[in-house]
Amino acid sequence: MKKIEAIVKPFKLEEVKDALHEVGIEGMTVSEVKGFGRQKGHTEIYRGSEYTVDFLPKIKVEVVVADSKASEVAAAIVKAAKTGKIGDGKIFISGIEEAIRIRTEEKGDSAV
Amino acid sequence: MKKFLKPLLLGFLAVICAGVAFAQDAATPAAPLTVEQRLAELETKVNATGIDKGDNAWMLTSSALVLFMSLPGLALFYGGIVRKKNVLSVFAQIFATAGIAAIAWWAIGFSLAFAPDGNAIFGGTGWAFFKGVGGDPGTLATVSQNIFAIFQLTFAIITPALIVGAIAERMKFSAVLLFITIWLFLVYFPFAHMVWGGGYLATTIKAIDFAGGTVVHMTSGYSALVLAILLGKRIGYGKEPLPPHSVVLTATGTGILWVGWYGFNAGSAGAADGIAGNAFATTTFAAAIAGLTWGFAEWIFKGKPSVLGFSSGVIAGLVAITPAAGFVSVGSSIIFGVLGGLIPFFAVAYLKNWLGYDDALDTFGVHGVGGTLGAILTGVFADPKINSLVPESGLLVEQIKAVVVTAIWSVVATAVIAFIVKLVVGLRPTEEVEREGLDLAEHGEEGYHS
Repeated sequence: MKKIEAIVKPFKLEEVKDALHEVGIEGMTVSEVKGFGRQKGHTEIYRGSEYTVDFLPKIKVEVVVADSKASEVAAAIVKAAKTGKIGDGKIFISGIEEAIRIRTEEKGDSAV
Repeated sequence: MKKFLKPLLLGFLAVICAGVAFAQDAATPAAPLTVEQRLAELETKVNATGIDKGDNAWMLTSSALVLFMSLPGLALFYGGIVRKKNVLSVFAQIFATAGIAAIAWWAIGFSLAFAPDGNAIFGGTGWAFFKGVGGDPGTLATVSQNIFAIFQLTFAIITPALIVGAIAERMKFSAVLLFITIWLFLVYFPFAHMVWGGGYLATTIKAIDFAGGTVVHMTSGYSALVLAILLGKRIGYGKEPLPPHSVVLTATGTGILWVGWYGFNAGSAGAADGIAGNAFATTTFAAAIAGLTWGFAEWIFKGKPSVLGFSSGVIAGLVAITPAAGFVSVGSSIIFGVLGGLIPFFAVAYLKNWLGYDDALDTFGVHGVGGTLGAILTGVFADPKINSLVPESGLLVEQIKAVVVTAIWSVVATAVIAFIVKLVVGLRPTEEVEREGLDLAEHGEEGYHS
């Protein structure tokens, strides 16, 4: 099994979710994160004091899939999340040793 | 229980009816009054000095409005500007200030500020524990003395609460309490007496101050500056961004303060009369125009007009018009608005960084500078045709003298008090407490649980 972590722009969440449904992925975990890569932050001004805010809000989507689906899922996320502008995000794929469905105690591919 | 309800209710009604019947006297027709008798009664009523119900009603309302300025107005205004981890500490400090000021005022403060038979600095002690302070008029001819006393108490509450702004996020709660207690006695009570109670700044230096530009804003503003410098900067100031955690709260507080300020300024007329009306109008224009001016200044000099800027401008305008509200014309109040928005803007946006002090919530920049500006502009624009209390000439010089006295006194007194407080309880919390946040470390609470 592979874990696919995608860090994307927040407004792309709905498109990514729909794209995952279309390739047969029903479950995912989503978190609100902050970060930056090469995208610069923005400046805020409070009573004349300027602050550069480096951290930008992003959304992290995590899914665990069977090995055979990994590249298909990753490609679907890229297509949905891309805007072509700086700050689109990144995808990391790592190996998962075991997965268990808590309700039924199924293991392995049938758990994801 | 239920089955007893009906008989209980009927029994209750029966008792009421019996009581009412008992209380009725048989009406006896009175002999009709002569025209002379009726005229005499009418003349007595018209000529009587004493409580004017309209004035009392307005002063009651004004007192409530000014208290609303402190809680929650100022608390929200300041609370929004500090970081999330310190939002409750602002409320705690203002609640505590209200309690301390109330006790001190009742015990001796009101007397020291307004009682006769005092000296140039303090009033007499005859009104300690509100002795003689009842429903009859006293200081004001047509207002119950107890209402006047509470009206003035609300000023004694908000003035030290303003100082909280300069030391936000980095002063121990115990130190704040001790500082405010001593400050009331060494600064507020004397100034209330010297300006409004017939003391030095009213008799020897003939300055005028309608609602508290000197007594409230300059004293707290200069004290705030000194305290901010003595305390030192917040950890991370100048390196980490320390943005307001909720401009929403700050803007809400601004609206509350503006409305409450009608009690502050128009209530200082001491009556529901034309002067109050004048103050009401000048206050409105100064606030609205100053808000717009600060916003525009930010737009021009900093790139975008911010809501924090509009809020700050409104407050600055209100501060500037405070000493002048019942003394100047509506036309002049527009100038107060423009200058009240511009000059404090420069003080906050440029002077603060240039001098390098951490006036966390800009108490000096807005109240100190704004109050000083207002006092001087009062000297220029006060008009005896608007208010007979305005002298025909020479006011500007007197106002400047009063500014100097106020600045020096506030600065020296604050330094002395800070020194005492530092010896007794210390001023700053430890670095860990400051980093953790005052809410959790000193009050055991979090403002928000996400």
